Amino acid sequence: MNAAQKFSGYLRPDGRLGIRNNVLVIYLVECAHHVARAIVTKADEASVQLVGFPGCYPNGYAFRMMKQLATHPNVGGALIVSLGCEGFDRDGLAEAIGESGRPVETLVIQQAGGTKSTIAEGLDAIARIKAEAGKAPRADMTVSDLVVGTICGGSDGTSGITANPAVGRCFDRLITENATCIFEETGELIGCEQVMAERAVTPELGLEIEAAVAKAERYYSTLGYGSFAPGNADGGLTTQEEKSLGAYSKSGDSPISGLIKPGDIPPGPGLYLMDVVPDGEVRFGFPNISDNAEVVELIASGCHLILFTTGRGSVVGSAISPVIKICANPETYARLSEDMDVDAGAILTGKATLDDVGEEIFDQVCRVAVGQQSLSEELGHQEFILTYKSFEASGPACLPSAAPEGAPA
Amino acid sequence: MASINPVAGPSAPEQFVLLHKKDNILVCVRPAMAGGTIVLDGNDYLLKQDVALGHKVARYPLATGDKVLRYGISIGSMTAPVEPGEHIHSHNLKSDYIPAHGRDAVRIREIRS
Repeated sequence: MNAAQKFSGYLRPDGRLGIRNNVLVIYLVECAHHVARAIVTKADEASVQLVGFPGCYPNGYAFRMMKQLATHPNVGGALIVSLGCEGFDRDGLAEAIGESGRPVETLVIQQAGGTKSTIAEGLDAIARIKAEAGKAPRADMTVSDLVVGTICGGSDGTSGITANPAVGRCFDRLITENATCIFEETGELIGCEQVMAERAVTPELGLEIEAAVAKAERYYSTLGYGSFAPGNADGGLTTQEEKSLGAYSKSGDSPISGLIKPGDIPPGPGLYLMDVVPDGEVRFGFPNISDNAEVVELIASGCHLILFTTGRGSVVGSAISPVIKICANPETYARLSEDMDVDAGAILTGKATLDDVGEEIFDQVCRVAVGQQSLSEELGHQEFILTYKSFEASGPACLPSAAPEGAPA
Repeated sequence: MASINPVAGPSAPEQFVLLHKKDNILVCVRPAMAGGTIVLDGNDYLLKQDVALGHKVARYPLATGDKVLRYGISIGSMTAPVEPGEHIHSHNLKSDYIPAHGRDAVRIREIRS
C-alpha cells in the first residue's frame, strides 16, 4: 500500500478516525472482574474486550485514563461493570462515554441480583451496544491520520542495533507522511537526556525533556531499582544507560515536537515523547509494573497501533489497539517466530538492511491499519493493566505548537 | 542533529560490529567461542571466553574508571581493567546512574537486612 492510499476508518463524533470498532467491558474494581470477564468470555468475539481497574480507592489518573480509553477512536461502545461500593466515579465515566456519542450501559452487581444475573444482563447489554456501535459512520483515512506508539520489552544487546533503529526508520517515514508518533518511558531514557534535548523543536522543550528524565532518575533511585530486568543482562546489556541508548533509537531522527503525559492527545502530527513517571513524591510504587502498563498509556494518548520491539521475546498484545511485534534477535526469532510479525534479526544474518526492515515495518503498519490482524491480535492477546499514579498538568513549554499565538513562553 | 543509528549490516560476515567510530567496545552479532580470534585494528587477539549474541568485548585496553562508549555515548564506567577482546559486562562495568539488579536481588537484600 502506498502512503497516499485511502482506507475506510470509523468516524467518531470528536472527528478522530478509528481502525477498529471494539466494544469494551470495563470492570471498576477487582471485585467485579470475574463477572466482567465472564461476559467477555461468553460473548466470544475478538471485538468484545475486557479492561478494568483493580483498586477500590479513587484515583484521578486512573479515571482520566479510563475515560480516554473508552472514548478511543478504536472503541465503538462500552459496558461498565461495577460491584457497587467501590470508589471509582462510575457515573462520571458513563457520562463521559455517553457525551462522546458512544453507546454505554452500566451494570451494578449489588443491584442486578448477583453474579449470574449480572452476566445474563451483561450479555443482553453487549448485544444492544454492539448493534449500536455497528452503525458508526465510515470515512476515508490515510496514513497521516494514524497515531503510532512504540515500546520495547524484553530488550537485549541486539535490540539497539536491529529492531529499535528499524522502528526509528519507520517513525521517520511515518512523520514524513504527516502521521503522529509517540515514544516513551523516560526511565528507560536515562543517559539520553542531552542528545534528546538537542532534538527538541525549542530550547525550552529541551529543558523540559531533561527535567523529565531527571525526575525519572530520582524516582527510580528512590525505589531502588532502575527499569532493568535480569533478562536484559542475560542478553548482554550491562547498565541502565546502555539499555536506554538502545531504546532511544526507536525514536528515529525527526525533531521532537512535544513532551506529553499519559492520556494527553498530541495536538498535531510529528514526534512526541511521553513522560510516564508520576509527578510529586514517590507514591504507589513503580511507574509501570510491566510492559502492558506502558502500552495502555500510549493507547490512552490515542495510539491506533503499537510497534513493540523485543530481543528476549515478548508475546503480549493489547486490548483496544493492535500490537505489531518486531523481533530484534535472530536466535529468538527462530524460537518464537509464531509470535513475531517482523524479523529484524535479518539485519544481523545479512538478509536485510536497517532500511529494508524499516520499510517492512511501515508496510505492516499500513496492512494492520487497513484491517489485517497482527499476530498477537490473531492469537487473542488482549492484555491490559491500569494502576495508581498521579500527574500534574504539563507546562506550556512542553507543547510549543499548541501554545496560543503571542502567548508568553 | 544527534543520531545514534548504528552501522550494522547489510551483510556483516564478522562476529563483532563497531556501532560508532568513537566506541571502545564491539557488539557480538554472531556467537563467538573461547579460543577463537578477534581482529581489532589489524591485530589478532585470542578470545579468552565465549561471547553470546548481543554481548560486548573491549576494542582497546581499558582501565578502571574509564568510560565505556557505545553509539559514541557513555554507558557507564569500568570497575576493573581489561585487555582487547575481553568480555565487558556486569563484572567489570557499572552504571553512572542507577545500579542494575539480578534475579537474586530480593534474596541479597533479605540477607543484608
